[in-house]
Amino acid sequence: MGRKILLVTTDQQRYDTIGANGGTLGRTPVIDALAAEGYRYERAIPQSVVCMPSRSTILTGQHPSTHGVWMNGVPLPRDAPSVAALLRDAGYRTALIGKAHFEPFIDPFMRFVENALAQKGTVPSGGAHRGFEHLELASHGAAGPLHYARWLRENHPEFASMFYSALDGDLQVNAAGGGDTGAPQVHFNAVPRDCYHTDWVADRTIAWLSSLDASDDWFAWMSFPDPHHPWDPPQTELGRIDWRDVPLPAGYPQSAPEREAILDAKPRHWRMWYDGTLVSNFEAPTGWVPATLTAEQVREVNARNAVECELIDEAIGRVMGAIETRGWGDQVDVIFTTDHGEFQGDFGLLFKGPYHVDSLMRLPLVWRPAPVSCNAPGVVSSPVGLVDLAPTIASIAGLAKPEWMQGRVLPSPDATPGLDDGSDLATHSPREEVLTEWDSELYGVSVYLRTVSTSQWVCTAYLPGTLYDGSEGELYNLADDPLQQVNLWDDPLRRSQRDDLLSLLWERQPQRRSPRLDLEAPV
Amino acid sequence: MRASVRRQIRLPLPAKRVWELVGDPSRLPEWFDGIVSATVEGSSRTIVTGGGIAMPEQIVTNDSLQRRFQYRITSPLMREHLSTIDVIDLDDSTSLVSYSADADPASMALVIAGAAGAALRNLCSVLEGNQMEPSA
Repeated sequence: MGRKILLVTTDQQRYDTIGANGGTLGRTPVIDALAAEGYRYERAIPQSVVCMPSRSTILTGQHPSTHGVWMNGVPLPRDAPSVAALLRDAGYRTALIGKAHFEPFIDPFMRFVENALAQKGTVPSGGAHRGFEHLELASHGAAGPLHYARWLRENHPEFASMFYSALDGDLQVNAAGGGDTGAPQVHFNAVPRDCYHTDWVADRTIAWLSSLDASDDWFAWMSFPDPHHPWDPPQTELGRIDWRDVPLPAGYPQSAPEREAILDAKPRHWRMWYDGTLVSNFEAPTGWVPATLTAEQVREVNARNAVECELIDEAIGRVMGAIETRGWGDQVDVIFTTDHGEFQGDFGLLFKGPYHVDSLMRLPLVWRPAPVSCNAPGVVSSPVGLVDLAPTIASIAGLAKPEWMQGRVLPSPDATPGLDDGSDLATHSPREEVLTEWDSELYGVSVYLRTVSTSQWVCTAYLPGTLYDGSEGELYNLADDPLQQVNLWDDPLRRSQRDDLLSLLWERQPQRRSPRLDLEAPV
Repeated sequence: MRASVRRQIRLPLPAKRVWELVGDPSRLPEWFDGIVSATVEGSSRTIVTGGGIAMPEQIVTNDSLQRRFQYRITSPLMREHLSTIDVIDLDDSTSLVSYSADADPASMALVIAGAAGAALRNLCSVLEGNQMEPSA
């Protein structure tokens, strides 16, 4: 009998939203306890700052260039490698419950398995899809073909219309404002808490775990759609945090001239998006201009986001309780993380896009090894990537890292740094650097970024596209500038540092999939 | 906002053979994954998607000399739409097939052309007698 594995992911959650990382707005005692008992990573970095590429990296252990999902709307090939398939082949029972998003959501032709499956049940034809024998899927509301939306419409149709519509009638990201401040994607939602998708994901996970034999080895990916926008948690829960009491984030420059001066020192698409003259990708409403964002709207968005994080924490607590009840408490490794971050007011912005800064790239990550493994808890400050999750999960299951995985096993706090010789010990060694990439091509606008992050630096090179000629970039010194407000790319005093980082960036570029996959839907 | 999105593929098959399939509006479900039926009456075609959505279309061009097929979706989902399929003979027993979608709203251009791109990749195997992969 091996160790059982619970992978918990959220969607679009910032590093500073959990108490263990210093967050003070929402209470996250369950995740904080997991962190205290296990490993807490202070610099976990995604390989893409949008959902589909990042989730594909979690599943495959590959960088986006290699698995090929270069942007939302590019489906992960059906035959892509999968850590879930690896575990299933080794005898694990496997499930994915909640948000998958390896395939596009917008699918009127119902071409994709994720969308078609809910009409047929929870077991894909052939016995598994991407290695998961059981899938119960959800997205951010009550619309669409996935299991949660169907369940809500069939069992509680009175609540189905209460959610915010994430897309508008033109299938664009909805710009409509709501709540008390008119912030975009904020909405009062009268759905009862026990019918909201966060609790549904936990309920369905508990139900699946209950179906297993006590001796089964299992891998469950419990994937919450929140705290991704829309920010429409059950309104009965809004009293937890009064948005009027929420402090403005340190990354929110409070005067417009201050915001604009910071943005103007960055490559020009930052300011163009802020002014509403450019939307380079599908990740933010085209009908909303960030320059109109008010301090009150930032407070309300952050309050609602924190409420959603509290609900997630409590849902994880219920699942942990069910695991204890089954007698598995000592045998379960728990990994908690998210796919990417969110601006939430930093730089005067919301949502996400081609912006490689901590708002979107510094993620919460906790690994609580199974208590039976007797690992000493601690904190890891060296950079790690979501590309490291698949090798870690394989390692927990006692499986050797397959050649197709590009990551390393997440280091423990006492791991030997600096090994990079291909040995088994090096597989467990802390990294020097983590890579992140961005490719977007939408309606004639293309942006391509390649980023290397180290413990102290974030260096982003801009490749030639419709906005840039390839000479632009960003360079931030995290030690001096934790908010990444001062771009040192053109600072002559930092030229050698920049050149060294660029050498590292180009030297470590992953293998590119060929031929390149097509964009098949907006998201 | 409107958009124009194109997908294309080069096939190791003569244009005449490709056109025999692509130029027949009733045979669309044979090669376009996610379209379960196509009913043609005169210059009207109604397709039904795998999601159960019925889309009325107007056939604008079906020119076997140019090997060009054009249609408009006339559903209220669209303010404007024109899709164009061209099968171009490359004179070496190969052909280039392009499928472009012009639409308002813009997202629909990408949805149609995105699905069409996958359909074009299916074309070769369908023409050579292989079945499309089921979706679930």
